[in-house]
Amino acid sequence: MPKDTGIGAATVRREDVRFLTGTGEYTDDIVLAKQTYAVFARSTVAHGTIKSIDTAAAEAMPGVLAVFTGEDFAEVGGNPAGWLINSRDGTPMHEPKRPVLAHGKVRHVGDAYAAVIAETAEQARDAVEAIEAEIEELPAVVDMHDALSGSNYVHDEIGTNQCFDWGWIEDNREATDNAIKNAHHVTTLELVNNRLVPNAMEPRASIGSYKASTGEYTLHTTSQNPHLTRLLISAFVLGIPENMLTVIAPDVGGGFGSKIYHYGEEALVLAAAKKIGRPVKWTADRTESFLTDAHGRDHVTKIELALDEDGKFLAFRTDTKANVGAYLSNFSTATPTFLHGTLMAGNYTVPLVYVNVKAVFTNTAPVDAYRGAGRPEATYSLERVIDKAARELGVDPIELRRKNFIKPDQYPYASAAGLEYDAGNYDALMDKMEEVADVAGFEARRKESEAKGLLRGLGVNAYIEACGIAPSNLVGVLGSRVGLYDAATVRVNATGNLSVMVGAHSHGQGHETAFPQVVAEMLGIDPAVIDIVHGDTSKIPFGMGTYGSRSLAVCGSAVVRATEKIINKAKKIAGHMLEASEHDITLSDGVFSVSGTDKSVTFGEVALKAYIPHEYPLEDIEPGLEETAFYDPANFTYPSGAYACEVEVDPETGKVTVDRMCAVDDFGNVINPMIVTGQVHGGLAQGIGQALVENTSYDENGQLLSASYMDYTMPRADDLPMFHVDHSQGTPCTHNPLGVKGCGEAGAIGSPPTVVNAVIDALHSGGKKVTHIDMPVTPARVWNAMQDAT
Amino acid sequence: MTKITMTVNGKTVSGEVEGRTLLASFLREDQGLTGTHVGCDTSQCGACVVHVDGAAVKACTMLAAEADGAEVDTIEGQANADGSLNVIQQAFQDHHGLQCGFCTPGMVMSAAALLKENPTPSEREVREYLEGNICRCTGYHNIVKAIMAASGQDVGAIAAE
Repeated sequence: MPKDTGIGAATVRREDVRFLTGTGEYTDDIVLAKQTYAVFARSTVAHGTIKSIDTAAAEAMPGVLAVFTGEDFAEVGGNPAGWLINSRDGTPMHEPKRPVLAHGKVRHVGDAYAAVIAETAEQARDAVEAIEAEIEELPAVVDMHDALSGSNYVHDEIGTNQCFDWGWIEDNREATDNAIKNAHHVTTLELVNNRLVPNAMEPRASIGSYKASTGEYTLHTTSQNPHLTRLLISAFVLGIPENMLTVIAPDVGGGFGSKIYHYGEEALVLAAAKKIGRPVKWTADRTESFLTDAHGRDHVTKIELALDEDGKFLAFRTDTKANVGAYLSNFSTATPTFLHGTLMAGNYTVPLVYVNVKAVFTNTAPVDAYRGAGRPEATYSLERVIDKAARELGVDPIELRRKNFIKPDQYPYASAAGLEYDAGNYDALMDKMEEVADVAGFEARRKESEAKGLLRGLGVNAYIEACGIAPSNLVGVLGSRVGLYDAATVRVNATGNLSVMVGAHSHGQGHETAFPQVVAEMLGIDPAVIDIVHGDTSKIPFGMGTYGSRSLAVCGSAVVRATEKIINKAKKIAGHMLEASEHDITLSDGVFSVSGTDKSVTFGEVALKAYIPHEYPLEDIEPGLEETAFYDPANFTYPSGAYACEVEVDPETGKVTVDRMCAVDDFGNVINPMIVTGQVHGGLAQGIGQALVENTSYDENGQLLSASYMDYTMPRADDLPMFHVDHSQGTPCTHNPLGVKGCGEAGAIGSPPTVVNAVIDALHSGGKKVTHIDMPVTPARVWNAMQDAT
Repeated sequence: MTKITMTVNGKTVSGEVEGRTLLASFLREDQGLTGTHVGCDTSQCGACVVHVDGAAVKACTMLAAEADGAEVDTIEGQANADGSLNVIQQAFQDHHGLQCGFCTPGMVMSAAALLKENPTPSEREVREYLEGNICRCTGYHNIVKAIMAASGQDVGAIAAE
């Protein structure tokens, strides 16, 4: 029988009640006394020289309190890249300044060059229209190939559009080249990993406020990581002392990566609040979100797979151009490199991997981590070229993968791309996938589809990802400029209930429900008495926030460590109360007992004693019951999975319908299976969206053609099937105390190649020898491929 | 400025609005009913769905002045009289039909309108009805499940999980 509380229970979420009754508190819902409004003037051209900005008319408009331009921020810092990447020749990457407001040049459509603060949002919007900006349009750099070959630069001062030219693993380069040159068979594939817009449903919003009497600033903002945002603003951008800046990320309506980063609007509302002495609120509209939220993916890759005569993989070699857009965002240099290149050995015993990534500046919105961040790009390249190889060699795609899987007795396994996988069982996942997806029944379903005049295809995939980001020592060696630990404080209140302050931030992941399950299990108490506090730097310990499927693996581990400290201290107090050695005290179901006796005290009695320390050994034990732990993992965690997708293709129109989607994932131990399943569902929808409908399209002038929901296709309810999800094959992570791996990104990593593989399979079943179609696999692209195929 | 009066969640309210003020802004900013969310500017996402005289309406598409004299229901008025979750809200919690919660008010209001006109919709009918409500978190699976469960249908067999 399933558990109904603690670790492993499908507990319904306590946070749901406020969201279901309209009483959540998102940033735009907050109204501060004497609040004013900011609206930004944004470039309508992709590339241009700012000749002049005349704000006089705007300043004279009704309700206008202040107008800012880039000139006002010329002397402050810029928003930094979080990772330093060195090129193959040893030179550091180019790192042009990303100012709060554009200064000198505008570099993408939507680049903000001025801002108006007014009494109402409407007045601010009207006044922005009155700003007279003379911007001399320059030719836009949009295509990555043109960017690298031309002499029109996004950042003139660096004299190139290439940010870096990175090789991984450089020592394997020659051996990889030789393996490919001498191989029995080489499969080559050129593909595009399409640019996506994360599209959290809540647009970004920020409110800056300032207290002149103390010099304290407060920023309410839509952030996945309030401490990281504070650090960036304090240390790099505005120079506000960290202890004078509180960052509060209240309820946040989804992030998917796009709310990791610090954005210029946050700095602007803080500076403006100080200048006018009143709070300043800014809320993006959806078009602003499309134009200025960090986008995701946008890789163009050539991948080669060398195989021997038995179908064993000998080497993977890739050549990738990664678009970083007009400016570096905080993780944009890590995403195409260490979150991508290190995964290019996949689930396989391939001995050689060589990855080359050239990062390219263009006059487009900055590109950064989006759900999966680098790992979907790695998985897509690998799993598409493996599928192509299977077809070229006439072997079963599942068998080809199985032949090359790392086997359960090979862990820990040093991958050819430089990671040490700690645990996994890819054959077991594939077995389970074949069962859950009913692969055996596929041929019968194909006949049914054919009887309806439709082509049916089956696509499969195996993926591994590195998450639980990340070991600070390791990422420090790899160029990270931050540590990636997390932190938790467990405060037992005098009356026995608990407040647990965490560095992770929940914006849909259900931390308020899942973290109490862990603490309750350890203490043997009711999770209902445990409250989670997150999102406010004035209340929580210095953690690094939520991204990279890290909340449970890293912050959850900190929660465990802090709770262990609580138990140790509580045992000392109980030992004193029971006149026994702390070593003889056991904790079970919330009761401390002396082993072998009937003497006991409850958890609540111990808590009360800690805060009312009468008859208390103050010389040996401090009063109070509150502990903090920081946890820095020893390694990444390595979730893995086997996915299957069945599509129907209408040969008359090229329309693809996903009929069945199955995800079998190894997340290690699972705390709340209901939440984990929900995370997979969401990832699958985003992955299917990438594969079939989503595309971010710039024209040759750098105008974003897909800047609204009328133009950018979001997956809707009737685009998707019910999903088959299983996580019964978990192999616990060996190095964190919960044995958990992280589940947030898996669905978005595993599904795109699965869907495309299924489409290719369907077309082959109809006699169309199509080898590849780039995502999104739209009806037009499918239909054209069918016409061109033999 | 125009003076308008309407009934919101059973209470009579009035206010002064500009001609361009949207119903969504009136509810959020004048009435403090911030459960109605604005997720786009093209009437596509559905986070702002409310009921106007019983019909589901995107409050970002209707001018506040157009709702003068109307009966408006928002997410804040959906719970049972004792404050407990209504059948649809409870089904969303039981079936994990929400994650970040931003699209949720619109989803619940759309679901209520659907079940009023079609008390036992099929999975396909639910999906088609939700065409105007975008969710980025759930993949819709559990939203569809929750709405069918709220209609009294057995959802145990819909999918493995």
